[in-house]
Amino acid sequence: MIVVNDIHKSFGKVRAVRGVSFDAPDGKITGLLGPNGAGKSTTLRVLYTVLQPDQGSASIDGNDVVTNSLEARQRIGALPHGAGLYPHLTARENVAYYARLCGLDKNHIEERVEGIIELLDIGSFADRRCKGFSQGQRTRVSLARALVHNPQNIILDEPSNGLDVMATRALRELILKLKDAGRCVLFSSHVMQEVAALCDDIIIIANGKVAIDGSADSIRERTGCDGLEDAFVRSIEMVGED
Amino acid sequence: MRTLLAVFRKEVIDNFRDRRTLGSALLMGPLFGPLLFAFVINLSIERSLDDFDRTMELPVIGQEHAPNLMRYLRSHNIDVVAGPEDRAAAVAAVTLGTIDVVVVVPGEISEQLAAATPAKVELISDRANTQAERDARRVRNALNGYSRQLAAMRLVARGVSPAVLQPINVDDVDVSTPSGRSAMLLGMMSYFFIFALLMGGMYLAIDTTAGERERGSLEPLLSLPVTRDQLMLGKISATCVFMAVSLLLSLCSFYVALKFMPLQQLGMTPNFGPGVIVAAFFVLLPFVLLGASLMTLVASFTKSYKEAQTWLSIVLIAPTLPILIVSILTLRPQLEFMFIPSLSQHLILVDMIKNEPVNLTHVAISVLSTFAIGAALTWICARLYRREGLLG
Repeated sequence: MIVVNDIHKSFGKVRAVRGVSFDAPDGKITGLLGPNGAGKSTTLRVLYTVLQPDQGSASIDGNDVVTNSLEARQRIGALPHGAGLYPHLTARENVAYYARLCGLDKNHIEERVEGIIELLDIGSFADRRCKGFSQGQRTRVSLARALVHNPQNIILDEPSNGLDVMATRALRELILKLKDAGRCVLFSSHVMQEVAALCDDIIIIANGKVAIDGSADSIRERTGCDGLEDAFVRSIEMVGED
Repeated sequence: MRTLLAVFRKEVIDNFRDRRTLGSALLMGPLFGPLLFAFVINLSIERSLDDFDRTMELPVIGQEHAPNLMRYLRSHNIDVVAGPEDRAAAVAAVTLGTIDVVVVVPGEISEQLAAATPAKVELISDRANTQAERDARRVRNALNGYSRQLAAMRLVARGVSPAVLQPINVDDVDVSTPSGRSAMLLGMMSYFFIFALLMGGMYLAIDTTAGERERGSLEPLLSLPVTRDQLMLGKISATCVFMAVSLLLSLCSFYVALKFMPLQQLGMTPNFGPGVIVAAFFVLLPFVLLGASLMTLVASFTKSYKEAQTWLSIVLIAPTLPILIVSILTLRPQLEFMFIPSLSQHLILVDMIKNEPVNLTHVAISVLSTFAIGAALTWICARLYRREGLLG
């Protein structure tokens, strides 16, 4: 369960996020939708604690991301945008490194790594060094790495970027699997179809603010548009440029 | 502690598989010093040894006027050959550098010598040309020798002992030991050790900071449930290990290289046995922590791998500065110097190589102060990693 309460974040004069609030409950998929530069990544970076909000607060399963960040991180599996692997380590070693850092029990690391490799269908290239992996392979290994400690909350920043049709499909299935297991999945995207197809709740962000949120149907209803694309454009226009 | 070990292990394995890191840490650093050193030593031995045995050619204008002088020169391995047409041509040739030295013997020399009046012989050379100057010096010495011989003969002919011309006989007594003479040249060894030690950790320091950020692996790493202090300490300890190995290899490669250098011919016997190697390793060990934290700190501020490389090459040169200043001013080891990293290690190493008693208070201050600075820098690195600006 992720709770975001009116967070603000500026970089110098650029006000990237100015008052974003939402809840992402367990057992549901929440999508952050918005144009490039809307503040999606900044919001997610605050949630996985690499940035601190200038104002407002956020919590992961009740743990504040600033005052109790270590505990909050324990409950998150994060896939940052453009996450990189260690090119000289194999896929398996990359995953095992994170398992060790997360403090998994020594005797269970191997078992757990094997399990996650199976879950993400990495087996065929698990023992190859990551140098030269395709985008799809890299994303899958990054995801395995993020999920290795079995976190309750999963934060994915534009996970489908650069993936082909098959890989996107596999990713979608994985996200649904996580939902069925009762996890809280929060992911960002600028591809509307993807969000519409997957998410229980959609939060549309523009200019660092929440333009509108709710299920796809309720958004369509409230904006008075039939298609989600029109609803998207409409809600962004409502926020304006101020 | 487990986190620290996990980070340490991963960085060591990761960098062991990286040829560039491995090459610079375990090959470049330890081999660069001995190779350059062997080159310099051999060059200087060649220069200083073969000088007087070598037959040199000396163009002389007007050699027919002083046949005895020519004979004297030939007996000193100076082969007299025909010179340019006249003095003006000789000056022009020396200015251009086509000829190094020319001697001009004027026609009136035979009468002047016969009359025992001072005779003039011209030596034309270019003092700015060091190679030519060595030949000129040799010719000058030969001419002076001939002059002294003539003077002695004249005195004998007049019934005076030639000894009256030498009221004072200066006898040089050199108290420097062979090991002591080594220290001047071998003083630069200490810099090679520091260089090898820094090279050993340079790519690691970059890879664990700027490299990690550039690859995009820093952000997921920071989102893990570990404290940043532990990450930083693990990274710095891995860097330290690479540096210590590089230092040890460098010490050993010098040990082997010195065995193949004809240093005795230069009157040098460096005190550099296994015992000194072990002692030198421990004297330099605190510098490993300092170097690792300094390079990590500098690399943390940079935006990219390339930028980090540029800045760290400056860090590689920085330790030479205090050594250079003290060498130029030829200062003796003092207590105050022991607080300055790199300089204190250099001075202690020089004493060891000279086989002079090493002041243990100096060693203690050097070790403690360098270690303290290293620890302080490590602390600053850890603080820096708590800042979010780090992500760039």
